[in-house]
Amino acid sequence: MNLILVGALVLFSTLVSVGVFTTGNTYSEFLQVNFWEKNLALSIDPLSALFICIINFTVLTASVFAIEYMKMYQKKSATELSIHYFSFFLLHLSMILVCMVHQGIAFLVVWELMAVSSFMLVIFDNEKGSVLRAGINYLIQMHIGALFLLSAFIILHIKTGSYDFEALRQYFYQYLNIPLFLLFFIGFGIKAGFMPLHTWLPHAHPAAPTHVSAVMSGVMIKLGIYGIVRVAIYLQADVLWIGVIVLIVSVISGIGGVAWAIVQHDLKKLLAYHSIENIGIIGMGLGVGLIGIGLNNTLLIVFGFAGCLLHVLNHSLFKSLLFYGSGAIYMKTHTRNIELLGGLIKKLPVTAVLFLIASLAICGLPPFNGFISEFIIYKGIIVGLSEASIWIQVLMLLSMIGLVIIGGLAIFCFTKAYGIAFLGTSRKADTSKITEIRWYSMIPLIVIAAVIVFIGLFPQIAVQPITYVVNNLSLNIDCSAGVSPSLAMIQNIGLAGALFIGIILFMLLLKKLATRKKTTTTADTWGCAYSGSIEKGQYTATSYAENYTDMAQPLLNIKTTYRSIDAEDIFPKQRSFETESEDMVEKKVYSRFVKFLNRALGRMAVIQTGNTQHYILYAFVMILLLLILTVLNLI
Amino acid sequence: MAGLLLILFCTFFFPGIIVRTKSIASGRKGPDVFQPMKDILRLLKKGNVYSKTSSIIFRLAPVVYFVSVVMAALMLPMGSHPGLISFEGDFIFFAYVLAIGKFFLILGALDTGSSFEGMGASREALYSLLAEPAFFVLMASFAMYTGHTSFYEIYKFLYFDSYLTIFTGILAAYVLIQIAMIENSRMPYDDPKTHLELTMVHEVMVLDNSGFDLGIIQFASALKFAVFGSLMANFFITPEMPLHIAILIFVSTQLAFAVIVGLLESFRARHRLRNNNQAILTLTPIAILIFFSILLILTKQF
Repeated sequence: MNLILVGALVLFSTLVSVGVFTTGNTYSEFLQVNFWEKNLALSIDPLSALFICIINFTVLTASVFAIEYMKMYQKKSATELSIHYFSFFLLHLSMILVCMVHQGIAFLVVWELMAVSSFMLVIFDNEKGSVLRAGINYLIQMHIGALFLLSAFIILHIKTGSYDFEALRQYFYQYLNIPLFLLFFIGFGIKAGFMPLHTWLPHAHPAAPTHVSAVMSGVMIKLGIYGIVRVAIYLQADVLWIGVIVLIVSVISGIGGVAWAIVQHDLKKLLAYHSIENIGIIGMGLGVGLIGIGLNNTLLIVFGFAGCLLHVLNHSLFKSLLFYGSGAIYMKTHTRNIELLGGLIKKLPVTAVLFLIASLAICGLPPFNGFISEFIIYKGIIVGLSEASIWIQVLMLLSMIGLVIIGGLAIFCFTKAYGIAFLGTSRKADTSKITEIRWYSMIPLIVIAAVIVFIGLFPQIAVQPITYVVNNLSLNIDCSAGVSPSLAMIQNIGLAGALFIGIILFMLLLKKLATRKKTTTTADTWGCAYSGSIEKGQYTATSYAENYTDMAQPLLNIKTTYRSIDAEDIFPKQRSFETESEDMVEKKVYSRFVKFLNRALGRMAVIQTGNTQHYILYAFVMILLLLILTVLNLI
Repeated sequence: MAGLLLILFCTFFFPGIIVRTKSIASGRKGPDVFQPMKDILRLLKKGNVYSKTSSIIFRLAPVVYFVSVVMAALMLPMGSHPGLISFEGDFIFFAYVLAIGKFFLILGALDTGSSFEGMGASREALYSLLAEPAFFVLMASFAMYTGHTSFYEIYKFLYFDSYLTIFTGILAAYVLIQIAMIENSRMPYDDPKTHLELTMVHEVMVLDNSGFDLGIIQFASALKFAVFGSLMANFFITPEMPLHIAILIFVSTQLAFAVIVGLLESFRARHRLRNNNQAILTLTPIAILIFFSILLILTKQF
């Protein structure tokens, strides 16, 4: 176990150095590998370098976190454990290769490797039926995505004779842009989790072990974004419309993701829906950038792409931190259901503070990193508002409303998740004996939280490499001129954030001085003079979200299981109340389609009689058919 | 800096004027204008009582809430003087910094484990999230109109000269007043004087706060009023105005705002809680109306 870990570490360090080296250099590094009679180039351009750095950082923190987490699974056989560690390593390797390979077929091979290795990781806990189902669901959806990518590459090959990404430029120059881009967008979008292609995410993330979810949600789904960006930079025509499509899909993903996240009680499922939301925000940046290319507006391009790529980085940070936090809770309480929890801040103070930082960051609140990227996207949208076409203006206004609603709902969701799990007192779970995770498991959490705060306070340092990447996207438009004003503006946010923290510290000091000589007493929580135990009387996650769910019921379709008290129930017995929400996309679209498919294939199964004579007959008919067709010169 | 001092100055009178208006409207003698501030001062001198269930978050929450409002106040301009913090896109920071204060206040409420406070927190979270789009649409419309994205420059280049712009200005003032009422949890969205926990929104959230903490929460509420009042006052101040006239306009707008709030609270009943969501959501369409009228102005069809 440790050996592979060290292997990952070594790989990490070397690749980071390569990555950083290329970031300082405009030219890519080429390695020659023999592949299909041709030489296969592994190259790292600034875009790949950025993603590789993000991948390596998250995988490194995940490997450290896994050391203690995997001790929960000591009952597992050595084979299972080694398959797990091997798959983890393979996932890391394949993710890096995805960023480095620019030849279509080789890209699909490593893309597939990534899907299979992550599938092996998801089904690690395969004694549970739900885990296996989630895994198969994931595997099938990944292959549907791969099918789209494969067909897109084949079309590319037929028309241009090359599988390379570089050939896309030629293709897009000669043929219609939208159809081929849509094929790529759907293929990559399934991996990224754009709504309505997201249905694998809420199943796979809770099923996988925590460090795997962190890597999958933190970086693996971002490779879908990588793919879309990689294709989008070669677009030649109709870029405006493609940008509009991406923007609309992203706004839907963003709002839908967080709308469903609020009603989840499973902490990891909640985080999975938040990944969809954040993919939406990233996609909004991308959409704004593409509209910028379409309109030839450099400011839009810079703000859009910079916001998109910075949010990729930011989301990988706070989402992995949130997953580690939920993993720490799971390790100690063996539950992910926040309805059972409460008061964890007293037992896990360090985890609680780190989780709070990540929650604030994911809500996009200053002075943390999430705000920086959302701010840049806002700026892009506001620039778009001044565009000449009224349709673009209205679209931008609606996207801005979307982004505002996403932010508001995220705050609603994380006050719920944090308030219910960490604050108050424990609702049902026995938390009397739990302690913090080991210090070495805490290191990755602390490091990530430090980076989150650092980017929040010194955004210019994070924005610099991002703008470098944007400038080197090899677009047809040179947008380096628009970069410097955006950099200057970003610095102010850091200063304002620092001032905010400064005044808070000053006020805390003032409070200390003001109350120094006063008596501070502790008493029961006010409950209209009721002073009994309050555990069961506390607000639950369901009740906190109730006024929201009332409003959003058409979208959420929440089912309540409860038998009300009849007049005859003089002494009512113990009763239960249960609510359950369904993913409407999954229910209305996917389940129906699968049912239809099952029915159609069921009819086909009539020919499968199991009778040998029938199969011989089929073969005979086939031969006869071939003979006749040949004689008639039809084939 | 002038803006900040003026806002602070108005803060001291604001709650008093509301209380005074209400007492005059209802024919009572009522407390004097400084009574609310005296109450806050008395609270600041007291020690704290903390709930047994609460943690560090509960102790931190009032401070963060207070500082978030102070930060918001620091960003507002006053005529030809920009705020202490002023940069391109600062209205986004303004809205988000107020949100972080609210985030902590909600967490503080949940930290007590009280079902009342959970209820209030849930309501407050929903109301502020529903009101947020209206504010953004409003500010973005003005940003589009003026071509600038900081408060200072938006106000600097904002002119109400034609009928349509005046109409837009009236709509904007309406939306701003409503947002201020939601943000400050006043009538018709919330009744601060209700005596039943079940019908409270903001008051029930701070049920367990006491002493110094309660004092700064109440001061922050007064400050928030002045902040929104200053958002409105700046509409009427043009950069060419001499300082003393600008100050006069600023103070009288704040005064008028406080009187309006007082009158609203005297003569209006509160919405039913169930209808609050819809009432708040209607502000966004009104703000979109502003957006479209500004589009009309910009295309010069009027």
